[in-house]
Amino acid sequence: MAALFDHLIVLPILLPLATGAMLLMLNDRRRATKAFISVLSTLLLVVVGFLLVTEASGQGVAAMPVATYPIGNWPVPFGIVLVADRLSAMMVLLTAILGASALVYSLARWHAAGPSFHSLFQFLLMGLNGAFLTGDIFNLFVFFEVMLAASYGLALHGVGVARVKGGLHYIAVNLGASFLFLIGAALIYGVTGTLNMADLAARVATIPEMDRGLLEAGAAILGVAFLLKAGMWPLGFWLPTTYAAATAPVAAVFAIMTKVGVYAVLRVSTLAFGAEAGTSAGFGQTLLLFGGMATIAFGAIGVLAAQTTARLAGYCVLVSSGTLLAAIGLGNAAVTGGALYYLLVSTLAISAFFLLVELLDRVRIEGAHVLAVTLEAYGDDDDEAEHEEVGLAIPGALAVLGISFGLCMLLLAGLPPLAGFLAKFAMISAMFNPAGLENTAPITASAWWLSGLLIFSGFAALVALTRTGINTFWVTMSDTPAPVRVIEIAPVLLLLALTIALTVMAGPAMDYMQAMAASLYAPAGHIGDVLATPLIVGPGEVTP
Amino acid sequence: MELILAIGIGVLGGSGVYLMLRPRTFQVIIGLSLLSYAVNLFIFSMGRLTVDGAPVIGHDPVDPGLYADPVPQALVLTAIVIGFAMTALFLVVLLAARGLTGTDHVDGREQP
Repeated sequence: MAALFDHLIVLPILLPLATGAMLLMLNDRRRATKAFISVLSTLLLVVVGFLLVTEASGQGVAAMPVATYPIGNWPVPFGIVLVADRLSAMMVLLTAILGASALVYSLARWHAAGPSFHSLFQFLLMGLNGAFLTGDIFNLFVFFEVMLAASYGLALHGVGVARVKGGLHYIAVNLGASFLFLIGAALIYGVTGTLNMADLAARVATIPEMDRGLLEAGAAILGVAFLLKAGMWPLGFWLPTTYAAATAPVAAVFAIMTKVGVYAVLRVSTLAFGAEAGTSAGFGQTLLLFGGMATIAFGAIGVLAAQTTARLAGYCVLVSSGTLLAAIGLGNAAVTGGALYYLLVSTLAISAFFLLVELLDRVRIEGAHVLAVTLEAYGDDDDEAEHEEVGLAIPGALAVLGISFGLCMLLLAGLPPLAGFLAKFAMISAMFNPAGLENTAPITASAWWLSGLLIFSGFAALVALTRTGINTFWVTMSDTPAPVRVIEIAPVLLLLALTIALTVMAGPAMDYMQAMAASLYAPAGHIGDVLATPLIVGPGEVTP
Repeated sequence: MELILAIGIGVLGGSGVYLMLRPRTFQVIIGLSLLSYAVNLFIFSMGRLTVDGAPVIGHDPVDPGLYADPVPQALVLTAIVIGFAMTALFLVVLLAARGLTGTDHVDGREQP
């Protein structure tokens, strides 16, 4: 059993890779088999993610807060190493949960809308997990590309003019970002001679002043690539269009792709530009703060102005990543702890909302049906009849949809009693008490602005979502229940139940987040653990 | 040699960025290709420029200054493969967009 735990870290990468490759071998017509294997593997991934989180929180078998895994068994700064700490473990678990729910949702109809859906989906999960677990910058690039390559395929899944147009912009923008990523990584390597993030962190302080400009330029270029993924204003204009055009399950799992950018920013900036980075300490934080605030403002205005529900959800993604970036920009461990809780809650809520959007549109189309507009006018629903056998149509669908929508609204707007409120409260409370509750410290102007923007964005989400809710549930004159199946609504309910669980378990969850944030801002232990990764000594070998 | 390489990277990168900002999808893809060449050369140059340097160091203690840095070469190889695959994929999407929208404008419709 202990031997399995040694290899636990690499499983989130190997499992989807093997599953995706295996599914490629199977003919697309064996849909049920493929779906079964895919769901099974994703559920296993949830279990692995859960085990990783227990390990990272120090309660598991090995009880290692920072677990490392040298791939190929090379000594660490030179070889490739996987690192799982609290943050990585949480992100892997979140990816697995979103992946599982989106996959189950897709079984209702979308997985049959194009070739190789399940393989692409597994490769996307592999890229995401790899990006969260890798310990060096170049492998971060490689896993980013794996994730993006799969996401290009998934964004175009189901074809249609809107998707191809959105996909074209998405691919062009992200290819450009990939090149920036490479330039940044190459500059950093050129200056420091290392690609390992922990080794880089240990070396930043000793860089000669003459080369520091180049290092910071490299980090800034790298940051642009990350922020483009995170959708920071003015780099995020591609995001709402692409996300709104993507099919519902794909958009639901894309909700975490912006968080990869946020994760990378947080990881690299706290490691390489933490308190021990000499004159480079805190590099780029002001930009993150103001960029994040601009993103919140842009996202909130977009939320108010969005004409369709899917676009509205896309702008919610922008608000969420803006909030996270600005909170990271404050550079305060307590604020970051709240922000990480917000990351969890908002990603789950947005993912559920993306799944819900399609069902809501169906309700509205039912309403249009009453107004003698034929279903055929909405080309999307032509294939409705042939998939009728998947799952049962549930009675009282409108009520369930309405409740789910209400919960999403509470979460996204950050209203009590749900976790969205707790997350915003934790952030704002930490902003107003920058030195902890016992000590009084002056509240900075940026904290005032940011808390004001947080409340404004919540208000904007409330207005826009209330309007959508009225238009969907009260204006519709439909008597027939909307054709919603258990298999479609169950993932939404599961995601929302998880946010409710997060609300109830807010105490332990916040403890985990605060410990995570504290270790992020004191990276010495992390760096030491990574650099001291033990190698596996085979039989008959001697330790060097 | 430094000057020639720098000018080469600059010209490739500059033309790549210019073409990427053009309104036709074909120009965009050529721009992306040029940009990827520029980036690959740039990564290569980050291993410092050496002539006739062997890439791999043996077991005996030697002066690393005599050898070329193998890491950027490995990085370039990966970057070339990934860049090539992505460009090929973009080409497919470009053709699909051309077929679906009937124009090669990046926005899917001609500007008036």
